[in-house]
Amino acid sequence: MDRRTLLTTAAMAAGLAATGTAALAQSKTKVGFILVGPKNDGGWSQHHYDSAMVMAEHFGDAVEVVVQESVPEGADSERVMTQMALSGVQLIFTTSFGYMDPTVNVAAKFPNVYFEHATGYKTAPNLSTYSARFYEGRAIQGHIAGKMTKTNKIGYIASFPIPEVIRGINSAYIHAKKVNPDVEFSVIWAFTWFDPAKEADAARALIEQGCDVVLQHTDSTAPQAAAQAAGNVITFGQASDMSDYAPFPRVSSIIDNWAPYYIERVQAVMDGTWTSVMTWDGIGPGMVEIGEISSAVPDDVKAEALAMKDAIANGSYHPFTGPLNKQDGSPWLAEGEIADDGVLAGLDFFVEGLTAEIPS
Amino acid sequence: MEMFGGINPAVLIASLMVASTPILLAALGEMVVEKAGVLNLGVEGMMITGAICGFIVAVETGSPLLGFLFAAVGGALLSLIFGVLTQLLLSNQVATGLALTLFGLGFSALLGQGYIGVKAPTLGRIDLGPLSDIPVLGRILFSHDPMVYVSLALVVAIWAFLRFTRAGLILRAVGESHEAAHALGYKVIRVRMLAIMFGGACAGLGGAYLSLVRVPQWTEGMTAGAGWIALALVVFASWKAGRVLVGAYLFGGVTVLQLNLQAAGAKVPVELLSMSPYLITILVLVLISTRGAQGAPASLGRSFNASS
Repeated sequence: MDRRTLLTTAAMAAGLAATGTAALAQSKTKVGFILVGPKNDGGWSQHHYDSAMVMAEHFGDAVEVVVQESVPEGADSERVMTQMALSGVQLIFTTSFGYMDPTVNVAAKFPNVYFEHATGYKTAPNLSTYSARFYEGRAIQGHIAGKMTKTNKIGYIASFPIPEVIRGINSAYIHAKKVNPDVEFSVIWAFTWFDPAKEADAARALIEQGCDVVLQHTDSTAPQAAAQAAGNVITFGQASDMSDYAPFPRVSSIIDNWAPYYIERVQAVMDGTWTSVMTWDGIGPGMVEIGEISSAVPDDVKAEALAMKDAIANGSYHPFTGPLNKQDGSPWLAEGEIADDGVLAGLDFFVEGLTAEIPS
Repeated sequence: MEMFGGINPAVLIASLMVASTPILLAALGEMVVEKAGVLNLGVEGMMITGAICGFIVAVETGSPLLGFLFAAVGGALLSLIFGVLTQLLLSNQVATGLALTLFGLGFSALLGQGYIGVKAPTLGRIDLGPLSDIPVLGRILFSHDPMVYVSLALVVAIWAFLRFTRAGLILRAVGESHEAAHALGYKVIRVRMLAIMFGGACAGLGGAYLSLVRVPQWTEGMTAGAGWIALALVVFASWKAGRVLVGAYLFGGVTVLQLNLQAAGAKVPVELLSMSPYLITILVLVLISTRGAQGAPASLGRSFNASS
């Protein structure tokens, strides 16, 4: 009936075959990737896929890469991971926040298989987490947005109320507010990572509310298309460059570059040196890249943005530096104080000035 | 023109018309099918097939209008499968319709393999010159793409066709009592086949409106249940074209309004806002349909076989 059933059946058959030949020495390292959207979504999943392909090319015949796309978060993903583990995959990357608990469950069942979960916070002896400090890129977007908005209204299409998204909204707001005290943020919670119809509707609603900058934490290019149709709205690429929409409406982007990490981790499995780690890298190590700032951005704003990027990269500036208050007005960070990673990892509140609410 | 906490009603109405058009087109087609006594539950499948057929043709030819044309053809061809199975081979309409939805979803995913993330040419607004500049009314009435006007014209045309024309009377007769229509010498199967294909074409147009105007992009399963909503609308609207329009605009309107309320920072729980389109549409249409005749065609969903 659908392709997934067919694929899982095939995977099961492959699994049986693999157990049958388990005695044979494995010459190839089998690496699995589970994607939340289609591999050519133009955003998040595409970048995981492309990075996986860079990794596969790096190792050539030494690795075999298995990819399963459009896997729903939840019980379905647990089944897919189990099938992968059964079919002899030695290292499985689960590339969406919602795969966290399923990955923990499956990792417990297969102690000899290594798991790597993106953007989560739960680890196990055979389960690592890895994520990128996207909020560093959001700070730069916030700066450009605050400088360029004429209506002083900035729209933000948020996906789920999880720390990663909340960090992004806070970071963008702090830096927009810094250069433009009149700026206001409108936030729409889409409750999806990838649903072009919903994202397009949300973008349109924000534009109708007078927003002339739309930031998105969802993965499709539909908001870019809506902004292009509106004609006077700027956007930023999310997770990938989205350069189809450059130089206008897309004026810059955050690009996730997972390839070096994937190569490092697969190498570790090959060498037998894999250990459970929590990786959280940003602009400095190159996990977060800033896509070209287009000609639609005035030169001075572009220069400031690039200066901020350098400062973040060399560690001289942290986007969450006090003084900062929480949304309810209570103090969070004192003058010059930097937020610690523990608090940031579980961030569940907005900073002062944001009027939106975090759904419970 | 600022009202309701910063929401401009003219802009809201204009955008709800765009949001409602896919369901409106699909529901109108299904209403005609059901008026002829056939229950086709495959609307979702025909919509998504139309969405991908239209998208592919529009991308390859660069013409959104050709895209819409082929979306209608694609939807009609898919509905023809349903027609042959249920009208000629007398299969169960409910089961066949469900199968058509499943088939359409899978088939469209297959066709769309190479088209994810591709940009399509989209339908521009009709330039109505000074009319579009009239305050409020210009924004609501004279600033849309052609398909919005096609869908509205279709409401009137279908209403007039069913009410005033001889062909419309025959179609209704077939739907009310196929034996009587048959006895009078009308070709029951032929009328129903034509109605089914019309329904398929309308659903295809609705789907293409999603992939070519409203989003505009192709993704698997992008109709996301719109076909089922269209089906429900037909029932709640008591098989009346005008009420289908009201229902579709109501659903689209609340969908757009709840997003605008979120964007305007209304202090209403997001979960409540997200479910409001379904709740309010069902509530209003149930209230409307509790008054007066239900109007379900008497032969709805029954197979016709001239020899029995």
